[in-house]
Amino acid sequence: MFQKTFAWLDERLGLQTIYNTVLDRNVPKVNWWFTLGSASLFLFLLQGITGIMLSIYYVPTPDHAYDSIQYIMNGVSFGWLLRGIHHWGASLMVLIVFFHMLRTFYFGAYKYPREFTWVTGVILLFLTLGMGFTGYLLPWDQRAYWATTVGTSIAGTVPFIGNFINEVLRGGTDLSAVTLARFFSVHIWWFPALIAAFIGIHLYMVIRIGISSIPKADD
Amino acid sequence: MPVSPHMSRREFVSIITAAAGTVMGALIGIPAIGYLISPAFQKTATEAWIPVGPLANFTAGTPTLFNFNRTTVDGWVQTINSYGVYIVKQEDGSVLALSNKCTHLSCRVNWRPEENAYVCPCHDARFGINGSIISGPQPRPLDQYATKIEDDNLSIHFVGS
Repeated sequence: MFQKTFAWLDERLGLQTIYNTVLDRNVPKVNWWFTLGSASLFLFLLQGITGIMLSIYYVPTPDHAYDSIQYIMNGVSFGWLLRGIHHWGASLMVLIVFFHMLRTFYFGAYKYPREFTWVTGVILLFLTLGMGFTGYLLPWDQRAYWATTVGTSIAGTVPFIGNFINEVLRGGTDLSAVTLARFFSVHIWWFPALIAAFIGIHLYMVIRIGISSIPKADD
Repeated sequence: MPVSPHMSRREFVSIITAAAGTVMGALIGIPAIGYLISPAFQKTATEAWIPVGPLANFTAGTPTLFNFNRTTVDGWVQTINSYGVYIVKQEDGSVLALSNKCTHLSCRVNWRPEENAYVCPCHDARFGINGSIISGPQPRPLDQYATKIEDDNLSIHFVGS
């Protein structure tokens, strides 16, 4: 029964071909350092799921942001767990993505013909850091407020256009409801959409070109 | 490749991956269900005895309006609601506590001594001094709060809304 259903679907969707291309492709003999990319993808999905969960109760306004998080932590079953996973997962994701970059760099995997994979990877690294920066403001407590004040001020030190960048980031001269709303929007819509798109391109190239082997002494 | 009677490496890894995935999915999935549905099952205790004051403050036969506030918390938002109660002391010393909320459409009724009735400003419902229906569109007499007298101090029993 299952076999027949699968065969019927496979004939129309090419499931076996997808499986063979994506998961059963040939890879050189590699080690555990080569799992960091999959780990990054897993963490992105985990952050996505827990983030969607948090958005059920979180409200991005100065009046309610802090209180709605208190409600998540104390008022709802397992809210502490989902927020905890999102919180620690964020730090872990920055760490893992960074190690993924280091591995690629030290193993020389960014070289021809994989330069463009590297470029999309760099964009993904910056987007991940951007997710960390925008997400840090959302709890709207003292730490979040002043960390964002400092962070946007640093962006303000750019010569000539610094003040302009600073005010665009904040949506005004000071941190306000406008800042919180735009950081929230960027955190849950703009950056995740961009990350998903770039992961798509990144993975397409990994599958198309294949992964590089561990460099040898005479390479 | 020789056929081995044992599980192949690939089979072993598949089973371990599936098992680990199931455990991780359950660890997040089951709490996630609780997270999503738990507000539906939270009952906030609204019931309370509200102190109204010494009985000596009230004159027999003259309804006196007593106002109090109750705070309800929905999620992360606090709402303060005001309530009014007419305290009616009887000749025999017993006390009636009548909600000033009209039983028709919840407007607030006012005691009019000259008419000897509570009159609703919205649709002219009239209630007698002890809350009974005199005239108007209201379906039932004024609602009563349970009362308690301890050391000549009156309290009323608030049960919500």
